[in-house]
Amino acid sequence: MAILINEKTRIIVQGFTGRIGTFHAQEMIDYGSNVVGGVTPGKGGQTHLGLPVFNTVKEAVEQAGAEASIVFVPPAFAADSIMEAADAGIKYCVSITDGIPTQDMMTVKNFLRRFPKEERMLLTGPNCAGTISPGRAMLGIMPGHIYIRGNIGVVGRSGTLGYEAADQMRALGIGISTSVGIGGDPIPGSSHRDILERLEQDPETKVALMIGEIGGPQEVEAGRFAKESMSKPLVAYIAGLTAPEGRRMGHAGAIISSAGESAAEKVEMLKELGVTICPTPSLMGQTVAEVLAKL
Amino acid sequence: MNIHEYQAKEILAEYGVKIAEGGLAYTVEEAVQRAREIEGNVWVVKAQIHSGARGKAGGIKVCKTHAEVEQAAEALLGKKLVTHQTGPAGKVCTRLYVEAGTQIAKEIYLSFMIDRTSERVIMIGSAQGGMEIEKLAVTNPEAIIKIYVEPAVGLQDFQARKMAFALGIDAAQLNHAVKTIKGCYRALRDLDANILEINPLVVTANNDIIALDAKMVFDENALFRRHKIAELRDNTQVDHREVAAAEAGLSYVGLDGDIGCMINGAGLAMATMDMIKLAGGEPANFLDVGGGASAERTEKAFRLVLADANVKAMLVNIFAGINRCDWIAEGVVQAVRNIDMKIPLVVRLSGTNVEEGRRIIANSGLPIITAETLAEAAEKVVRARNDVVAKA
Repeated sequence: MAILINEKTRIIVQGFTGRIGTFHAQEMIDYGSNVVGGVTPGKGGQTHLGLPVFNTVKEAVEQAGAEASIVFVPPAFAADSIMEAADAGIKYCVSITDGIPTQDMMTVKNFLRRFPKEERMLLTGPNCAGTISPGRAMLGIMPGHIYIRGNIGVVGRSGTLGYEAADQMRALGIGISTSVGIGGDPIPGSSHRDILERLEQDPETKVALMIGEIGGPQEVEAGRFAKESMSKPLVAYIAGLTAPEGRRMGHAGAIISSAGESAAEKVEMLKELGVTICPTPSLMGQTVAEVLAKL
Repeated sequence: MNIHEYQAKEILAEYGVKIAEGGLAYTVEEAVQRAREIEGNVWVVKAQIHSGARGKAGGIKVCKTHAEVEQAAEALLGKKLVTHQTGPAGKVCTRLYVEAGTQIAKEIYLSFMIDRTSERVIMIGSAQGGMEIEKLAVTNPEAIIKIYVEPAVGLQDFQARKMAFALGIDAAQLNHAVKTIKGCYRALRDLDANILEINPLVVTANNDIIALDAKMVFDENALFRRHKIAELRDNTQVDHREVAAAEAGLSYVGLDGDIGCMINGAGLAMATMDMIKLAGGEPANFLDVGGGASAERTEKAFRLVLADANVKAMLVNIFAGINRCDWIAEGVVQAVRNIDMKIPLVVRLSGTNVEEGRRIIANSGLPIITAETLAEAAEKVVRARNDVVAKA
């Protein structure tokens, strides 16, 4: 099963012919993802990496049956590309692009809300490493070889910290059903909770791991969802225990803006909600293994 | 990106928000001249630093004579002001804003910001302005009015009126208040600000509505399309190391500890800093080298970390995804040689081409300490730091 993508998912790359789009499209193809083409406005009709280039996402949907897209378009134009994908009927979009203006993301979210829920495109990112269903498909920029197939569903804001978690689990022989990066921006396409809802529905996923950070309300919201509506155990790690208050630490998301958003406060609230906390970032794999052993 | 009070006021004035008459001064003479140009017999000399709570730190002085303006300017220019927002290092005042004194009848709090939870602009007001809104939110939450703006249609007049009435504005000033509130909203939206705060917005003895202070914070990601705003950047108000980092495309935050860090990815960086702390150390900095860490970038990052004289040991933790460990390793070896590094260095590499990366480090002949896991790396760097301190 896995969620969001599998070996059959028909993928297009937006910003296909650019340097970064080209590199990662090839990596995804090599991993086994079913890439069916790409979009670069004005280059429609050409062939790139042996695949068709389309002028619009609509054409890619109509002519290549595209279902999912990955956006490598520069930040100034990325919001437009995401909305184009939603308008064309793409079901799932990953935006890798880092540096999209916050107000552009507000516009994107507002645009997406206009669609009835069952027709609405799911967006993850921006500013994320993408999504991988190990052994099936990769819609992202992660090192695919560190992920093994299994039954842990992962959702996280940080790319490299997600790699760290996957690597720790692999060392213990624990695999992943799907790992989803939601990115570090203040207004993300999807929240931890949005992804947990899907992991809960996935028969292959036995345990969910949430990798969060300081700043924003969404880890605690996800914890509340887990307590109220999840049958599967949730394990969480929150980065930033040592982050000083009021300082921005790289991710726009990683800023402590109000009460209840520091790592220590989040950890306390999650514990109260019955979430199993990884005491240190080096024990993410170990903690998951312990929870798995109790099932 | 932060800007100064006087810059925010100039922007707001363009959007129809009334401000008191005032002028900018870089010298004592200019400050007195500004006071002479402004009518009346009370002037306020305000230190322009990127921080709130300037009044408590002595950064705002009310003057009754030109001689007092001169004294105030002498006292403030070049002075380091420490507020609870600047941290202990404080911020140096190099600009003054000299403003006509205002007869205050009523102080109001008004702000606009992008709210992460609702993904909308939220307008926040309180009839109890002038004080710390954070404290008011705890002690008397009912005194704070929140109105959310639907992004597709923007702030409507009825919402502005609702806020104005809640703030206790008289019917006679209603239109002026609505114009002020809508002007603020438009400034935030048109210019890609994340935060716009007026504390206080005052009703004067003459029934005028004036922004007595103004703070605007802009979205760094949107500066590419806000050239005029980008020009307002004042690097004297930012840690010089953070300025150097930004120029090199690195994300750096200086901290108080003595273990220097270079890590790829903000989340992994924070996690690594947490591990250092758990191992008994204190990180000297947050440094995210990002995805494509070339040898040149790696060396710049090393120089930045080592420019902090407190640093007694350094940890490099790279999980290579797009990167390759062999490239990183070559960059590290080159940086250590070029800089002639004297303090212990712990390197932990993981991910793509890790074996090749480790081989390059091992064959370099340099006294680099290597680690395979995050925990091992943190323990080793703390031990190395403790050895340095013990020998000193």
